[in-house]
Parts: sequence; structure tokens; C-alpha cells
Amino acid sequence: MVELCDLTVHQLSDLIKNKKIGVVELTKTVIDRIKKADEKIASYITVLEEDAIKQSEKIQDKINKKNANSPLAGIPMALADNICTKGIKTTCASKMLENFIPPYSATVYDSLLSEDVVLIGKLNMDEFSMGSLTENSYYKPCKNPWNTDRVAGGSNGGGAAVAAGLTGFALASDTGGSIRQPASFCGVVALKPTYGLVSRYGLIASASSLEQIGPITKDVTDCALVLNAIQGHDKRDSTSIKVGYTDYTSALVDDIKGMVIGIPKEYITQEVEPEVKNAVLNAVKILTNLGAKCEEFSLPIAKYAALAYYIISSAEASSNLARYDGVKYGYRAKEYRDLLDLYIKSRSEGFGKEVKKRIILGTFVLSSGYYDKYYKKALKVRTLINEAFIKAFNKYDAIIGPTVPRTAYKTGEKPKESIINIDDMYTVSANIAGLPSMSIPCGMDKNGLPIGLQLVGKPFRESNLLKLAYTFEQNTDFHKRRARI
Amino acid sequence: MEYEVIIGLEVHAELSTKSKIFCSCTTEFGGDVNTHICPICIGMPGTLPVLNKKVVEYAVRAGLATNCSISEYSKMDRKNYFYPDLPKAYQISQYDIPLCYDGYIDIDVNGTEKRIGITRIHIEEDAGKLIHDDKGEASFIDYNRSGVPLIEIVSEPDMRSAEEVKAYLESLKAILEYINVSDCKMQEGSFRADVNLSVRKKGENKLGTRTEMKNLSSFRAVVRAIEGEAARQIEEIEAGRVIVQETRRWDEGKNMSYSMRSKEEARDYRFFPEPDLLPVEVDEKWREEIKNTLPELPRDRKKRYINDFSLPEYDASILTSSKMLADFFEETAIKSNNAKAASNWVMGEVLRVLNEKQMEVQEIPFTAEYLAELITLIDKGVISGTIGKTVFEEMFNSGKNPETIVEEKGLKVINDQEEILNIVSEVLKKNVKSVEDYKNGKRKAFGFLVGQVMKETKGKADPKIVNEILKKELE
Amino acid sequence: MKLTKDTIEHIAELARLDLTDNEKEELVFEMEKVISHFDKLGELDTLYVKATEHIIPLKNVFREDEVENSFNREKMLKNTSKKEDGCFKVPKILE
Repeated sequence: MVELCDLTVHQLSDLIKNKKIGVVELTKTVIDRIKKADEKIASYITVLEEDAIKQSEKIQDKINKKNANSPLAGIPMALADNICTKGIKTTCASKMLENFIPPYSATVYDSLLSEDVVLIGKLNMDEFSMGSLTENSYYKPCKNPWNTDRVAGGSNGGGAAVAAGLTGFALASDTGGSIRQPASFCGVVALKPTYGLVSRYGLIASASSLEQIGPITKDVTDCALVLNAIQGHDKRDSTSIKVGYTDYTSALVDDIKGMVIGIPKEYITQEVEPEVKNAVLNAVKILTNLGAKCEEFSLPIAKYAALAYYIISSAEASSNLARYDGVKYGYRAKEYRDLLDLYIKSRSEGFGKEVKKRIILGTFVLSSGYYDKYYKKALKVRTLINEAFIKAFNKYDAIIGPTVPRTAYKTGEKPKESIINIDDMYTVSANIAGLPSMSIPCGMDKNGLPIGLQLVGKPFRESNLLKLAYTFEQNTDFHKRRARI
Repeated sequence: MEYEVIIGLEVHAELSTKSKIFCSCTTEFGGDVNTHICPICIGMPGTLPVLNKKVVEYAVRAGLATNCSISEYSKMDRKNYFYPDLPKAYQISQYDIPLCYDGYIDIDVNGTEKRIGITRIHIEEDAGKLIHDDKGEASFIDYNRSGVPLIEIVSEPDMRSAEEVKAYLESLKAILEYINVSDCKMQEGSFRADVNLSVRKKGENKLGTRTEMKNLSSFRAVVRAIEGEAARQIEEIEAGRVIVQETRRWDEGKNMSYSMRSKEEARDYRFFPEPDLLPVEVDEKWREEIKNTLPELPRDRKKRYINDFSLPEYDASILTSSKMLADFFEETAIKSNNAKAASNWVMGEVLRVLNEKQMEVQEIPFTAEYLAELITLIDKGVISGTIGKTVFEEMFNSGKNPETIVEEKGLKVINDQEEILNIVSEVLKKNVKSVEDYKNGKRKAFGFLVGQVMKETKGKADPKIVNEILKKELE
Repeated sequence: MKLTKDTIEHIAELARLDLTDNEKEELVFEMEKVISHFDKLGELDTLYVKATEHIIPLKNVFREDEVENSFNREKMLKNTSKKEDGCFKVPKILE
């Protein structure tokens, strides 16, 4: 008897279409599992049991009338809690937005609703996407389903929820690796699209020029299916690009002969845990055997990417979060002397520690006397990073390396530095240069913790990455492993 | 000690687009509070701005009409500060690369022409409105105005007196109205001026410390604020004190300004490029397209009136001060073929009645064609000038055309010699004393007798004929 | 670079945040470390490098000047409890 919750979206879709399972039954199964297991990992902030079941009934009805033809029809989905859902609490895992109910939805949510998915609930995350561990949530910290002494990665619980079978797929935002890193720690697949491919309207902004919404799924096929549904120009988002519709499932072919892959030397240094390094090098061997040409190359700018990232992201966040002052929405202090006090108290009480630190950092790098040295400098370094990648992509179809130089940290074990996390180095370049990037499982360490392989591609060449990832998947079985809580 | 006053102005004009700058809410003035808002213009989480193309067009138009260069590439920036009327806690504006720069307008002050430089014009969003409860403990926020598009026009510190400032503001206002980018209604807040002022001893080269004055809601307030601030600064300097660079709020009621130091101090705006909006590129083609939509500007129109219609400069100035007025005058002048008469009527009766009834030119209940007809009736002698004024009043009240009014009320000039002779005879009979006075040398009695004839004919008798006949009869 | 508690206080003021003395001290220490990392960017020669303000090569992204219905006022005021007569309410502002 196969566990429904272990099945991929495309497997579930087949069952639903062939009437082997009903949508309501599936939804109830998932919610049951959440009730049993989510206490241990806290991947959800809000579970919408009643609404989900009602929605399932409607969708089953549509399916019966042959009116629901999407490959995602009836599939349970979870959204990170910084994606606005009309009439449903959207908190960003912050006390500041604890009771915020948006009267509008994110474009991606509308798109998925029109594909007849079932929204199971809103996922836990680091407050306002700030953090690498999902330990900065106002609610509970999120744990890793492979080992609940370990973190799930940050800055959202999408990886954990998918790995634990608590949803068919998840959707979350990636600012500096926030969907790829959890995917890496939890042994699942994630894809951050090219900047501009997916609408940001309704995504509660943290770092506007860096973030994109992307899918977290059990395998590459699922990833392509979800990407199909969320891609596309949105006139409400000025940074959204007009490219024609691409059917990403056509990239799902088991053939990478002739593909040229680059591995930056800077991504496989002693900084990387030996088991992670081995898993990555092993992956390189597999890809070579499958017909790709893999070679190491130098990408010295990579060492500076995290620094530029933190300057830009904290600066933009400090500005994006200034609107939270308790006046129009959000947390408002109970007692205050005057307007100034209202602002200070509401913000100081409403924001968590890490958020306040990042706001201070961001305010600092934009402030008079420091702007040129830090923010403007970071924008220039951004140019250098972009140019370096453009140059590399003249030769390579994809650039690979570890997603994270280690497996999941123990809970409570802080990364070496505070505020900034140097381990982010591998993922942030894709955000800085707006490139598409995936993380796929490529191994386990001796503690049974998943290892992630990161792929980075040229702008709008998600297909290349999907092809590469799919081929790898077809010839390995890392994606078949399931966590047992 | 003689002092020189150096003044620069920052004018904010609301653009008359239909929708706001970053969302599709209406820009209409005067709606019930918070009924012209949406998640975007009140900065709700997750919302994004999209730039209204017309805003760029109108700003470029304003730049071209003020002889500015247009930036081929410009961008939007965030200006970060906290204030309740600013929903996102940042204003989307333009910092280092404004849409327009290096322009000028020429003004006339007391017969002298002077060129006032325009440093820059940029686009930005307006903030909401704060309503202060005088009695209570609270202030209230209406975001209807939040997101209304503005252009900020910054002048060089080229002005030296309140008169120059007034001339500059009037010229700028006329230009913006002419090119139809703003209705420039100071009382509705769609045209606001902030004054930057410093003083220095005459002959000195260095500029003094300047202060900025805000909250000036009429031209008169601007003039008074300038005079008041210049006096204050001179007083401070004479007393050996130093001028503090600060923003001051003008209180029209008390005729003085107050320091706003506590609010403006320590404001570090932390400008940085707006990541949610893309750069604006105005290429030559677009610029030319916009340039071709420019109408004749007020100054050129004034010159044309002086040349073509032989109007004195003063008249031409008044007539071209508003495009609607100029349009009305010009059509009247052409259709009546009597520019001088048209000018007199428009500057005289028309403006008087508009002022009395607090009406705008576009509210005049009859067309320029009708006014031209009226002038023609007088020119042809069908009615007298005096009767003309009566007809004019009636045109305003009823909107009917002058010929109809003349017919209906029987106002035609009486020029029948016999008829006038009869009336004159009657008058002479009734006013024996005046006849005697006249024959005894009192010239004034003649005027009186003429007056009596006119009274009898309700002003319709042709005065020339009356004069002739009366003179003859009195011989 | 050397950061002082004063700097942190000033920045906190700009950001409308209140920090305890402990938090300030912690931040001075942490920020100094972070800033010293940031200073490593000085190793890169960017004298003739143009800043990237937008990663995508788009420009002139506009909407047409068309009015659409505004949102219902009640909906807009729903997320705050401090409102009166259709307005958002704040403590009295002295201008």
C-alpha cells in the first residue's frame, strides 16, 4: 500500500484523473498527516482544513464534469506565508503581521487557483524571509523531517513540508537561496526562476531586486509542472518580463550528451564538508558518464557574492519594511505617548531580533556618508558578478556546485557569523545576477542527512537546468527517498 | 546697509492625468475621504507600482515648454522617511537623474524682461492628507491624494524680489495651464510653492544661509512670506546672530513663520534607485512627438497680440494670463474684426462679471461668437455702447445671443430724426429753466438736457443726432 | 571600521527602532564584524564599473492613464482598529 503522501504530483494527478483516488480523500489524508506529524517539524503556520475540504469538493465536481484538465487539478499545495492569499491570514511569520488579512491575492496564487489546486495552508518561514534556518519565526522554529534535531533550512518550511509529505508541492520565495537551501537540507527539488519570469505581485517584499517565487517539489517533473503554471508576464509587476509561454515539461528528456558544465573551483574548496564535496564530485562523475562535458574553472568573484548580497538585500529590506508602523495594518503598540512613540514601540515590539538587526544594517549601508562605500559599491560588484557569469555562460550550459557546503545544522547551533551567513555564498550569485537556479538531491551524509546539488543556468534557460536535473534523476534514486518522521 | 534678497522656488504641481501615478485610482479632487484608494496607493504589503505613461508625457511637455533639456535616460528613486501621510514610508521620486533639466522662463517685471533659470523638473508621487482635530487628541489621514502624480519644478536662485517671484509663479502657472498638464488650482492644492530665501549684503558674492518656507497656499501668502522672512533674516544678521539653515512653516493668520527644525532635522533620506520600477528612456522620436503637441505658449501669444492686434503690453498680458481667456478673446477679436473692442470688453465687463460671480472663463454661458456679434452691433450703430452693456448683462443671465435680446427688448438705437425731434421738443418744454440756464451761458445745462432726452428714450437715442438736433433747437 | 554606540543609536532613530543597552552593545560588536567583511569589497577595482540598478534590461514599462474603481473603503480600513469617520487615526500631530 503506497502512502499517498509519498507520491509525486504527477503520480497523484494520474490517480485523480483515473478516479483511483478522490480529491477530498487526498486532502483529508494530507491534513491527517499534518495533524500527526507537523507538531514535530512545525512547517505550517496556518492549516486551512475546512476551506481545503470545501475546495476539494468543488474541484472533484469539476473533475467529474470533465472541466478540470490541468495536471495540477486536485493537488494539495502549500504557500509560504509571505505570499498574499485574499481573505486568508498572511503573516510573514512575524508578530507584525500576525493578524493581517490581505484583501487581495498574489498573482501566483490566482494562477494556481485557476489550475484547480487545493490550498492546504500557509508555511512557516523566517520572519520576513530573514534567516537561513527558519529559526527566526515568530511562531515555532521549523525542524528537519530527516532528523528533528536538525534545522529545516531557511528561510521557509517548504523543504520540510514537501520532504515530510505534508503537501503535494510548495511555493515560496527565494531571496538569497531561501528555497534552494531548505530543498538541499531536506532532500527535495527546488527551482528559483530567472528574475522576472514569475510575478512578484502579492509577494510581501523583502529584497525586491533579488527575490523570485519558485516551486519546491519531490522531483523534477513536478517542478516543471508547477513552473508551467506560475510563469508569465503580469502587468501589475513592472519587473515582470514578456516572454512567450514555455512548456517546461518538454525539457524532461533523459539526454545531456554534449552539454558543457562548469564547476567553479571556488565552490569545491576545503570550506565544503568532505561528504558534501564527495557527493558533488560523484554527481559530476555521473553527469560525465551520461555524456556531459564537465570541467573546473575559476570564478574568483564568487567569494565576494555573499557580501554584495547582504548589503543589497538588507538595504532593500530596510526600506521595504519601513511601512510597518502600526497605522494602516499590522501590529500596533498598546501604549504610546505620541506619534513618534507609536512608530518606535510598534516596530520594536512587532519585529523580531534578527529583523531589527537587518533593518539596522540596511539603514546603515544606505545612510549618508556610507552609501557610496557600501550600497553603491555593492551595485558595482553586482555588475562584476553579472559579467563574470555572462562570460562563463559563453562556454557553459550550466554551472554546478553544492547548494550548501554542508548538511543541515543542529538546531541551536548558530552559523559561525551572525546577521550574515557565509555559507550563503553558493546560492546568492543566482539572485544577484537574476539567473535561474535549481537544487536537487545528490546524496546523503553518514548521518542520513540530504546533500543538495545546485545548478545555475543562463537567463530564461530553465529548460537546460530541468533537462540536466531530469537526466540526473532518471539515472539515480536520491529523489525517491522519503523522510520518516 | 543695503541687502540683497536671493530667492529660489520649488513648485509642486499636480498633473491632471485621470488616474494616479502608480495605480488606477482616480485623481479627482474632493471625494469623500479614503474613497479613491487601493492597496497600491496605501502601500499594503506585496503591492507594486506601475508607472502611468501620461505622467512622463506631461512632465516632458512641461520641460519642453520651459526650455529644458530632456534626459534621454532617467530613473525613479526612493526617498525614505517616516510620516503618516506617506504610506510606504518612502516616496517614489527622482533623485540624481531628473526627467528635465537646465531650462528657463522669461518674465516681465515693471517693463523689464528677466530670465529665471529652471534647474530641474522631476516626477514623483503625492502624499495623503492629514486632518487635525483641533479639540481632540488625534489626527486623521485621508489617502485620496496619496499617489496623485506631481512634477517638482526647481528654479535657480535667480529671483531678487517678491514681485519677481509673483511674476515667475504667474508665468509658470500660465504655461502649465496652456499646455494642459495641470489645472494649477492653488486653493485645491494642485499648485504649491516652497520658497528658499537667503540675504546678503549688496556687493557680496557669497550666498547667505538659506531657509526654506512651506505651507504657502496663495500668491499673496508667498509675497508676504518673502517680505517677512527677508526682514527676519536681516534683523537677525544686524543683531549679530547667525541664520540657521532650516525649514520654516508660514502662518498666514499670524503673518509670521515658525521653525520646523524638530521635524526636518536629522532627516537622512537614504536615496537609492527604486528596484520595483524600470528606467525611463525618452528618445528623440518620442520627444519630438511630445514637442509637436505643444500649443503656442503664453509669452509668444502675448507678443503676437502686441504685433498682430496692436494691443498695448498691459492688455496683452492680462488677456494671455490664462489660455481659456486668451482663446475667448482671440475668437471674439477675429469674429468681430475689432481687436481693440474685444480687448476692452474682455478685460472690462467679462472679467468684472467673472470676478463678481466667482466664475471661470469656461463657465461663461455664451460663446465668443456672441460677444463678437455684440461688438458688431455696436460698431454698425444698431445699438449704442451704453445699451451694449445692458445687452451684455442679459447675455450673462440668459445665454441668449445679442440680436435676439435686442429684438426682444426693443433696444435698437433710435436714429429717426423726426422721432428724436419730437422727444427733444418735449424735453425742452418740460425743462424751461434748463433752457434758460443754457441760454444764459451755463454749458452744463446742455449736458443735462441731453441726459433727459436719453432718459426719455431709455438710452436708445443716437447721441450724435440728439446733440445735433438739440443744438439746433436751442438756437 | 570602528562603530560606536552613538552610530547605532542614530541609525536606530532613522529606522524608528528602540534598542536596549544590551542590544546596542551586541549590535556594535556584530555590526563591526559584518562591516569589516563588507570592507573586503574594497579589494575589487570598480572605479570604471557602472552600478547595476536593474538586472533585467527592461525600460519604459508603463500603464495607460485609465481609471478603474477604487477599493471599498471598509476593506481598506479592515486591518486596523484605529479608525474614525472613514479615516486612519494617529495621535495628534503638531506641525
